[in-house]
Amino acid sequence: MPYTLRPEDGLTVDADSARYVAGHVDTGDRWVLNFGPQHPATHTTLRLVLELDGERVARCTPHIGYLHSGFEKLGEHLDFNQYVTIVSRMDYLSPIHNDITWHLAVERLFGIDITPRCKVLRTIMNELGRIQNHLLCVAAAGLDLGALTGFLYGFNPREKIYDIMDFISGQRFHPDWTRVGGLMQDLPDEQTFKRMVKNLIREDLPVALRDIEGLLNRNRIFVDRTQGIGVISREEAINWSLSGPCARASGVARDLRKDMPYLCYQDNWDGQGAGAVGFNVAVATDGDTLCRYLVRLEEIKQSIGIIEQLIDAIPQGPVDTFADSKVVKPDKKDVYGSIEGLIQHFELIMSNRGWKAPVAEAYGWNEGPNGEQGFYIVSDGGPRAWRVKTRPACFINYQVMQKLTEGHMLADIVAILGSINVVAAELDR
Amino acid sequence: MAIPANQITNVNPSPLNRLESAYLPEIFKGFGTTMRHFFTSFGQGPTSRTMQYPEERRENLPVEEGGINASNFRGVHRLNRDEDGRVRCVACMMCPTICPARCIHIEAAEAPWDDREKYPKKFEIDELRCIFCGMCEEACPVDAIELTTEYDIVGLSRQEMVFDKEKLLHIHDLTIGKKPM
Ligand code: SF4
Ligand code: SF4
Repeated sequence: MPYTLRPEDGLTVDADSARYVAGHVDTGDRWVLNFGPQHPATHTTLRLVLELDGERVARCTPHIGYLHSGFEKLGEHLDFNQYVTIVSRMDYLSPIHNDITWHLAVERLFGIDITPRCKVLRTIMNELGRIQNHLLCVAAAGLDLGALTGFLYGFNPREKIYDIMDFISGQRFHPDWTRVGGLMQDLPDEQTFKRMVKNLIREDLPVALRDIEGLLNRNRIFVDRTQGIGVISREEAINWSLSGPCARASGVARDLRKDMPYLCYQDNWDGQGAGAVGFNVAVATDGDTLCRYLVRLEEIKQSIGIIEQLIDAIPQGPVDTFADSKVVKPDKKDVYGSIEGLIQHFELIMSNRGWKAPVAEAYGWNEGPNGEQGFYIVSDGGPRAWRVKTRPACFINYQVMQKLTEGHMLADIVAILGSINVVAAELDR
Repeated sequence: MAIPANQITNVNPSPLNRLESAYLPEIFKGFGTTMRHFFTSFGQGPTSRTMQYPEERRENLPVEEGGINASNFRGVHRLNRDEDGRVRCVACMMCPTICPARCIHIEAAEAPWDDREKYPKKFEIDELRCIFCGMCEEACPVDAIELTTEYDIVGLSRQEMVFDKEKLLHIHDLTIGKKPM
């Protein structure tokens, strides 16, 4: 198939035909600046080669791969449960999100329908993960422009979210919390969990949001530095297949939670006619850095709303699906107490038995904080996936970096980079 | 499927009004926020989030204030002892199989006791390789390996961080009070 490395005319990002060049006197002394890979403002290990004309960016070439760690390859060596420890490390701003997405994909492969309780818990944690990610992004929006204060106000509630993760899973940063057909464990104490979440969404978050908004939203310096910076139009956003807040800030009203619902975003998720959780999709039209910031801010509020709807309605019952006990490990009580439990436990762990996966392909998706996050699994029937492909939101969104930065000042690069919220671990995998 | 209009919130920024674009009033409001935080968090005030580690430690705090939940916290491992003080492990090899980091190394041998066939002659966990996922604890059929509440382990060399059977049993003696089996 013939293909070109550059997109069609009209989408060209060639610096010589860039919008700003018209009418701009080229001083003829372009110079090249290496931005990164080890630079605090790039957030992670990213490298941008900037061709500068004075302080204006004529061309920005992102180089990727500095944090490549072979995550996808590891998916072929670890079984469907073990691999969750690896996916946790991809988008490390909201690790729990990756866990949930991965197991949504695996459950789609196995055709497992998880229990209502598990769905609710996963949805709540999914939204907490979104808040966790967005909080970093909106707080860092100020930091990237030199306003450190708001950053710290965003980190206070993030710390509380980490405490919740720690409480339910035992580890703050990498919860590795989901398992095929269920969770690593049920809530250690439901009342404490509810209290912690309610405390977060009713007391800590509103205060933090008020502080961040108060500091930034109507601050002239912040608005001047972000409005009209890094603009991507609706049409271009669609053409470059952007997703998540980056697309929505350009007026693309798409959200997988509404378009292809799953978990509690779906009607009748508990099999007894429960309605989907209600929330609004935040959309802006300008497609600039300020809009991306505002969309994220609104999404935090919508997530709070979703959690409010679910937190008092956690159904009782098991979190693990036992209907097809070929994949879910039995309760520890059964393992110690009964020989069948012990045998089944043994078979599921020893890698040469158990785990009869169907010979099939499956794609599992989740509306991640930065856009569509998905895993494509090809299974040959063995205990491990034959091939795992990640669809990382950052990788697709990062394509427009060159386009967004063209013609802007050097100092704006950081703001733009922060607003796409690239996480190198997910980008390079 | 298009999202219905009543489920869309438009968040377009409104233009700054004259007062806001005058910059100074907003900057003083911002200072107000900063100063409020300054005074309420001064010297461990109510909004201060600092924990005075190591004087204050997480295990001594309630969970809701950032403490750890001893029943599922994933700290360093221990090997449990049975009632007679022997190692509980029966060298069934489940934990090295499930370990995603491949950091458990066991050498099994004929058990010197009558109640089981095998026991681990050598049991080593490379704590530097370990990612503290807790899967070994999930996999163990006899509750022999467990993660404890100890999180601040140090070593001066790599070799020191490869915990052998004696050390793991010693951790059991140290932590059994904090986290019963
Ligand atoms: S905690 Fe995880 S990585 Fe560490 S030894 Fe156990 S199974 Fe292996
Ligand atoms: S799973 Fe338990 S009994 Fe089996 S080898 Fe590991 S520690 Fe020993």
